[in-house]
Amino acid sequence: MTTTDVAPGRSKLTRGRLPGFAPWVSLAVALVLGAAAVAVPGFTPFGWGIASAIIFAIVYVAWSRAVEGGRKAADKLATCLVVGAFLVALLPLVSVIWTVLVAGIPGLLTPGFFTTSMNGVTGVFDNRAVEEGGPVIGGIYHALLGTLMITLLATLISVPVGLLTSIYLVEYGQDKPLARAITFFVDVMTGIPSIVAGLFAAAFFFLVVGPGTKTGFVAAVALSVLMIPVVVRSSEEMLKIVPNELREASYALGVRKWRTILKVVIPTAISGIASGVTLAIARVIGETAPILVTAGFATTINNSPFAGWMASLPTFIYTQILNPTSPSNPAPSDQRAWGAALVLIILVMLLNLVARIVAKAFAPKTGR
Amino acid sequence: MSKRIDVKDLNVYYGDFRAVEGVNISVAPRSVTAFIGPSGCGKSTFLRTLNRMHEVLPGARVEGQVLLDGDDLYGPGVDPVAVRSHVGMVFQRPNPFPTMSIRDNVLAGVKLNSKRLSKSDADELLESSLRGANLWNEVKDRLDKPGSGLSGGQQQRLCIARAIAVKPDVILMDEPCSALDPISTLAVEDLINELKENYTVVIVTHNMQQAARVSDKTAFFNIAGTGKPGKLIEYADTSVIFNNPSEKATEDYVSGRFG
Repeated sequence: MTTTDVAPGRSKLTRGRLPGFAPWVSLAVALVLGAAAVAVPGFTPFGWGIASAIIFAIVYVAWSRAVEGGRKAADKLATCLVVGAFLVALLPLVSVIWTVLVAGIPGLLTPGFFTTSMNGVTGVFDNRAVEEGGPVIGGIYHALLGTLMITLLATLISVPVGLLTSIYLVEYGQDKPLARAITFFVDVMTGIPSIVAGLFAAAFFFLVVGPGTKTGFVAAVALSVLMIPVVVRSSEEMLKIVPNELREASYALGVRKWRTILKVVIPTAISGIASGVTLAIARVIGETAPILVTAGFATTINNSPFAGWMASLPTFIYTQILNPTSPSNPAPSDQRAWGAALVLIILVMLLNLVARIVAKAFAPKTGR
Repeated sequence: MSKRIDVKDLNVYYGDFRAVEGVNISVAPRSVTAFIGPSGCGKSTFLRTLNRMHEVLPGARVEGQVLLDGDDLYGPGVDPVAVRSHVGMVFQRPNPFPTMSIRDNVLAGVKLNSKRLSKSDADELLESSLRGANLWNEVKDRLDKPGSGLSGGQQQRLCIARAIAVKPDVILMDEPCSALDPISTLAVEDLINELKENYTVVIVTHNMQQAARVSDKTAFFNIAGTGKPGKLIEYADTSVIFNNPSEKATEDYVSGRFG
C-alpha cells in the first residue's frame, strides 16, 4: 500500500467519522418518520415525541455502526440513553412549572392577593365576580403568614436539636452503642410518613395541653419531627468531612474540645450545614397533611402561633380546591389556589437560591 | 521557657496492641533532638505521647513516666489540655485553619481559649510570633488574607508561628518538611536552628541528611517485625549516630543498607 491510496487528511491512524451534521439529519429523519408512524393510530404530540426519540436512536446508532464501527456506535447508544433519561426526568418539572405559572399568574396579579385574607369573603362575592366580571377578592396574606411562622418555628426547634445530635454523633459518639442507636432511629425517622408526624404532634398536645389543641406551634412541632432527621443527616456529613488535622492542630494549641468544635469545626463546616438546613426547610414548607391535623385551617389572620387555628399555603390550596368558597362558581377559588401554589414554588426556589448563596458566603476563603 | 524532658520506661498501647516498648530517653533544654527510623517503628506515636496528643485516638494509653522538668505529664489529675499548652506541636502537613486570616491563625491558640487580649498586645504577639517563624516580612502586608492562600512552606511556617504564639516550653515536629520543596525545607531548617535558642525542639524525620543538619542528638527507633512493638535502639550525639554508632542496626540504617 502506498500513501497515494490514502485520501487527503487521512492516514493509517484515522478511522471513519460521522459528519458533524449527522445528529441533525438523524433528528430530521426521525421527526418525519415518527410523524408518519403515529399518523396511523392517530396523531398526538406525545406519541410523536416518543416515536421520534426511538427512531432517532435507531437511525443515529445504525449510521454510526456502518461508518465508525461497533465501539463508537455503543458510545452513541449510551449517549442517547443518558440524554433520553435526562429529558424524561426534566419533563415533569418543566410541565409542573409551566402549568403553575400559567394558572397561577392571574391570581398573583389580582390586587390585594398578598395583603388581604379570606376573612369575610363568601360565595356571594365569588358569584358576583364570575357573573358580573368584577375582580376576584380575597388573598393569601393569612396563609403566607402562617406558613412563614410555622416554618420559622419548626426551624428554630429543629436546628439546635439536629445540629447538637450530629455533633454528638461525629465528635463524641465514636461508634458507641448510643451513637449507633441514634443513627438507626434517625434513619427510621427519615422514613416516617408526614401524616404520622402530624398525628404524633396532635396526640402529644392532646395529652399535655388538652383535647382539641390546634395551633401553629403544634404544626411546627409536627414539621420539626420531619425536619430533624434531615438536619442531623446533612450536618453529620458536613462535620465528618472537616479534616481531622484541623482538630489536632487546635488540640495541640491547648484548646479544649468544646471550643475546638465551636470555633474550628463548625465554622469550617458552616456553609454545608447552612445549605443543608435550608434544603430541610424547603422539604417541609410544602407539607399539607401534618398541618391540617395540627393547625387546622383558618380564613382569618392569626398573628399568634400559640393560640387558635392557623392557615398555611398548602392547607389554603387544599381547602380552596376541595371546598370552593362558592360551590356553584369554583373558578375564583381555583384562581386563588393556583396563585398560592405559585407562591409556594417561588418560596422553595428562593430557599434553594438562598442555600447556594449561603454556602458561597460561608465557604472557607482561599484567595491570596 | 525551655524545659528538659525525661522519659522513663514508657510503653504505648493502642487497645491491646503495644506500639512502643520500654523507652528511656532524656532531652536537654535548648537543644534539637531528631527521631529517625523506618516507617511504622513508633517514632511518631512516641512523639505524640510527649504532649498527650495520642490520646485523641480512641483506645490509646500509656504506661511509664514522662517528666517535664520533673513534673509527670501522666500523673493523676494532670489536664492534657494544660500539657498541650506547654508542649506545642507542628504536623506533617501544613494545617492552617481555613476559616481564619493569617492574623487569626497566629493568635488562634490565645483567642480560641478566650483569653482577653488588648489590640496592642495582640499586634505585638502577632509580630513577634511571625518574626520568630521568619514569616513576618513575607506576610506583613496581608495579615487579613486567609492563611490557606500562602504557599506550602509559608503555611508550615505559619503553623510554627501559631505554635510559638502560645509560648510553649517544648516544640514537637512530626516530619515538618516532608510535604515541602527543598527551598521551603531549608527555610524551616534554618528556623529550627533559631528556635533552639529558646525552646526544646524534638523532630521526627525520614530525611537523614536533615537529622544530621539540624539536630544535636539523634535517637534511632526500630521495629523487629510487623505486629511487634517499636523500640529505641540507640540515642547519642548526632555525630556519633551517623559516624560511629555502637549498634549494628543503627549503622545499617544510617548507611542505607536497609529500611
